[in-house]
Amino acid sequence: MIVFRDVHKGFGEKRVLEGFSLEIPHGETTVVVGYTGSGKSVALKLIVGLLEPDFGAVEVDDVVVHELDRPGLTALRARIGFVFQFAALFDSMTVAENLALGLRRQGLGAAAITERTQEALSLVGLAGSEERFPAELSGGMRKRVGIARAIALRPRYILYDEPTTGLDPDTAAVIDQLMIRTRETYGVTSVVVTHDMRSAFAVGDRVAMLYRGAVREVGSVAQIRGSHDPVVRQFIEGRPEAAEEAERAAGAVL
Amino acid sequence: MRPFVLDRVRRWLAVLGRLGQLLGDVVRGFKDTDVWPRLTLVQMRRIGVDSLPIALFIATFTGIVLALQASYTFTGAVPLYFVGTAVGKSIMLELGPVLTGIALAGRVGANIAAELGTMRVTEQVDALETLAYDPISYLVVPRVTAATLMFPVVVACAMATGVLSGLVAAVNMLDLTTVEFVRGLRLFYHAKDIWFGLLKGTSFGFAIALIGCARGLSVRQGAEEVGRATTQAVVLGAQVILVLDAFWAVVLL
Repeated sequence: MIVFRDVHKGFGEKRVLEGFSLEIPHGETTVVVGYTGSGKSVALKLIVGLLEPDFGAVEVDDVVVHELDRPGLTALRARIGFVFQFAALFDSMTVAENLALGLRRQGLGAAAITERTQEALSLVGLAGSEERFPAELSGGMRKRVGIARAIALRPRYILYDEPTTGLDPDTAAVIDQLMIRTRETYGVTSVVVTHDMRSAFAVGDRVAMLYRGAVREVGSVAQIRGSHDPVVRQFIEGRPEAAEEAERAAGAVL
Repeated sequence: MRPFVLDRVRRWLAVLGRLGQLLGDVVRGFKDTDVWPRLTLVQMRRIGVDSLPIALFIATFTGIVLALQASYTFTGAVPLYFVGTAVGKSIMLELGPVLTGIALAGRVGANIAAELGTMRVTEQVDALETLAYDPISYLVVPRVTAATLMFPVVVACAMATGVLSGLVAAVNMLDLTTVEFVRGLRLFYHAKDIWFGLLKGTSFGFAIALIGCARGLSVRQGAEEVGRATTQAVVLGAQVILVLDAFWAVVLL
């Protein structure tokens, strides 16, 4: 299980997370939604120790991430697959080499690496693309390779950073299906951060809304769909004026 | 004026502090022997072998110019075979390592800073970390090791080329024979001339790669920052070469 406990994180003067607490149950897909710049990606990077909280803690399987030494962090990262927003493929390597890099680190032999690579690429519908370079792939294909690179590691957790951002609706739907299939096939716990509500409702078991550095509301897809919170509603419906109305109402009350 | 000077000093100390910190990380990164040795071989070709053309080009013309300038200076006052002495000493002690170092600060330092900076911006460095690799072991140690090992080789080739081109120029353009040139070359020759130049080349290679890595990994976002880091790597690399050059002269000569 992944747990955020009262996490605070800022960059210079800018406070990004302020009292962010959230539990991510095992075997489910939890989607964290929120506005651009609300700290969703920061939350993901805290899970794998790419960033450290200023205050509070992130726990993965009852271990506090920022207290781990480098070997401990390496062991933790071996259990987590990370799908980056822009795939972050190594552009000097072929698709197969991109997938093999993490597997080689796990100590797998050449035959096992080839088998895992082909299996992961088949799952994302890119069998036969082993020798292509990232520059030869479309944006959607690059994201699928990014997912394949994470899947190939057979991780316990997969973290998706804005997996459908910048994709056309058809390709975004393919990525959604891929995330669902990955969970069904491998039973992984997934954390998806996105501002794409269509995708969030399609793949999520639970949805948490991140607003002003903390969780505004968390619940099942049905609960979030039926939320009466004006901030959540306006985000779902894409009506900025609703948030302003809510702000004014809150100000009047205070 | 004083605040400006203090500001400059503070910035230099900050840079030195960051380089010191990175150096500590590099020492730690050497422990990961599964990762860096294989990658070091690739970098030795990229940093060393691929740098030979520019180093030899510079050395060739430096040797020619030195021979002609020495002849111009000596004519009528000093025996002309001293041209061999001037070319040999200048190339081995100073111009071979320093000109090669400055040229490679541009080629190698800029290349490393731009490559690592771009990897940082495109989250490839973060991706490495999530795949359980230490970016220091994977990116920095191979580059610093390769540059430290290959710079003296490149400098040695540049020294040989510079002396040879000086000889060819002297024989063909001056009233000097090969025997006379070699006589001058051997006149004040010490083995130290060679290892002093190679030692300087080694220290230049280490410094240029370390600075390139430090500037590249310091990039946080955007093409503009990558460009700035690349420029800083070249400028700082060239400055450090001159400081190291003076340091070795004071310590060893």
